[in-house]
Amino acid sequence: MEIEPAKKYIYSDIELDREEGQVIEDLKAQSQQPIPDPDQWLDEELEQNILLTSVDALINWGRRSSLWTAICFPACCAFEMIAANGPRFDLARFGMEILRASPRQADLMITAGTLTWKMAPNVRRIYNQMAEPKWVIAMGACAISGGIFASAEYAVVPGYNRIIPVDVYVPGCPPRPEALIYGIQMLQKKIARRKNIDVRKILER
Amino acid sequence: MTVALSGKEVASKIEEKFSGSVVESTPENLVVKSDQLLDVARFLKETGGLDFDYLNFVTAVDYYDHFEVAYLLSSLEHNHSLMVKARCYDRENPALPSVTGLWQGADFQEREIYDLFGINFEGHPSMKRIFLWDGFEGHPLRKDYI
Amino acid sequence: MAVRTEPFVLNMGPVHPSTHGVFRMRVTLDGEVVVDIEPVFGYLHRGIEKLAEQRTYTGVIPLTDRLDYISSMSNNLAYCLAAEKLAGIKVPERAEYIRVIMSELQRVAALLIAVGAFLNDCGAYFTPFLYMFRERERIVDLFEMASGQRLTYNYMRVGGVSQDLPEEFMPALRKFMDMMPRFMDEYDQLLMQNEILLARAKGVGILSKEQAINCSISGPVLRASGVKWDIRQADPYSIYDRFDFDIPTQTTGDCYDRYRQRVEETRQSLRIIRQAMEQLPSGPVRAEVPHLVRPPVGEAYAHIEAPKGELGFYLVSDNSIAPYRCHIRPPSLINLTALRDMVRGWKIADLIIIFGSIDITVGEIDR
Repeated sequence: MEIEPAKKYIYSDIELDREEGQVIEDLKAQSQQPIPDPDQWLDEELEQNILLTSVDALINWGRRSSLWTAICFPACCAFEMIAANGPRFDLARFGMEILRASPRQADLMITAGTLTWKMAPNVRRIYNQMAEPKWVIAMGACAISGGIFASAEYAVVPGYNRIIPVDVYVPGCPPRPEALIYGIQMLQKKIARRKNIDVRKILER
Repeated sequence: MTVALSGKEVASKIEEKFSGSVVESTPENLVVKSDQLLDVARFLKETGGLDFDYLNFVTAVDYYDHFEVAYLLSSLEHNHSLMVKARCYDRENPALPSVTGLWQGADFQEREIYDLFGINFEGHPSMKRIFLWDGFEGHPLRKDYI
Repeated sequence: MAVRTEPFVLNMGPVHPSTHGVFRMRVTLDGEVVVDIEPVFGYLHRGIEKLAEQRTYTGVIPLTDRLDYISSMSNNLAYCLAAEKLAGIKVPERAEYIRVIMSELQRVAALLIAVGAFLNDCGAYFTPFLYMFRERERIVDLFEMASGQRLTYNYMRVGGVSQDLPEEFMPALRKFMDMMPRFMDEYDQLLMQNEILLARAKGVGILSKEQAINCSISGPVLRASGVKWDIRQADPYSIYDRFDFDIPTQTTGDCYDRYRQRVEETRQSLRIIRQAMEQLPSGPVRAEVPHLVRPPVGEAYAHIEAPKGELGFYLVSDNSIAPYRCHIRPPSLINLTALRDMVRGWKIADLIIIFGSIDITVGEIDR
């Protein structure tokens, strides 16, 4: 009779490889349609109470003035991102010089670079690990549509919005740091419009 | 200036040791029989006067009816180089001996060729996909892919 | 009494602050000692070699920009040399000099980032990086004057460069050349005898000469191990045989030597730029090349000494307007071959430093 070894070898890299490959294939099958624009609800104007508006304004001011970025810089755009953090463009002026290695401490993801199907599950996981509320800026042509690599369909995801919802698109290959800063300001304006307290629910009560 | 050795001259030296191992030789390169590739490679690396101790790169080219794997060898001591090639005619299960035992630098490059062309290098310590994930179907750099 | 521990597998990357992009390692640890690592690539595999087969010879140049994206000019140069070798095109004198100036400036910029990122990995989080970026911005300004782009220059063409230098370029370059040696001295003052850097990097991750050659290592990593092999001198391309410069080498091959090697190479690059500036002739910057280059059937391999090592392009032509096969010899990928042997037996904190001292770009590894 063969005796089962009490403990299996801690890991077999072939098994790990297969498991990871399966995750990628599953995500690829799920994400053939882009995620719809998350901004649609913004068009519905709401009557607002004065007090509630000021609370919103305070919360939004706090949120938009200290956007911390999660590290997710796969490719070329990362260097323009770092240049924007660097001495000349100095993103610290906008309260966001800190790059957080841990997604749990971040609320903004700047997707600087081409996304491949192999990378997609990891990006999705980072996005899921970020605490709410969270925003995403798609930086560069690759992040928007796959860019010049879009025709390498076997490896490249045509845009981050297949995987995660995107708030602001910054075009360019790569975008200049000024363009990125403009994109961040657009996001800040968007956050300023955000309604944290649902007025209708309170009125119904 | 790195001198590109003439394939014909080196071929005659190889023929003395391993007769019938050189399929074709031109001034630029020489094509070796795939089953004797390892012996020829060892000969090129260890023979005095040739001393090809540095492997610049390994790559493959798909010519529809066969794959051609090219090795560019250099000698840092004598500052000369030589392009050695081998061919695989089997499209279903192409295979070549691995040269990682001689030049460790071939390690990742052979895995890359396995991943993108599907050529199996026998004797490689971990012959598995390098860029694409496990479970990916097909070999993208083959001419008939997509 | 010795404590027995079981091997423990730690995943590092692909998203990790010190893996320089999306590189990933599966590290097997015994306590804190690295037993084995298995690098996992492919998180940025964008099929550049496949895409190149569908594009014209000129159309491949923008793709090469995105290979090693912090040294785009060098990539352009290597590709153009290969295409010119294949098609038998002669480049005008002025274009050759402009190419040399650009690729040496690019080397300075890339080595600055390499040194900055290495110090970043040593634990000086972001401060040295910002210093290096201050100077890099000046080089990027020069490139922007010439090409109009900050990162992906797309400046060189088959048969020359895309356009002549603007008239404000040379005064700006002269100004930069006057400033740069002072900055280099400033770094040396800060870092060369830095206690922490010495303690962390001296004697760590030694790569022997024999193993470096056997693993096909190239560039500063090879020269730091004591092999005097620089393609600019061993196999001069373009017009490098006209300049007077030294090939610095180190002796030990540890992390500190690799850092010193990069700093010293920067000084040599500045020397080359100064000579090229003085000799810069006037004339056309582009040979008469048809829009669609159709090289004769054949193959060509051209290699250059890129900031990271030997960057080569192996082109096969079938007399059509697109390359039949375009293989890129990536220095970053091949330099990583020795990583496994270099890190075994070191602590996990040293793994980060050893990996940082090799200096890779993932765009080039995965292509």
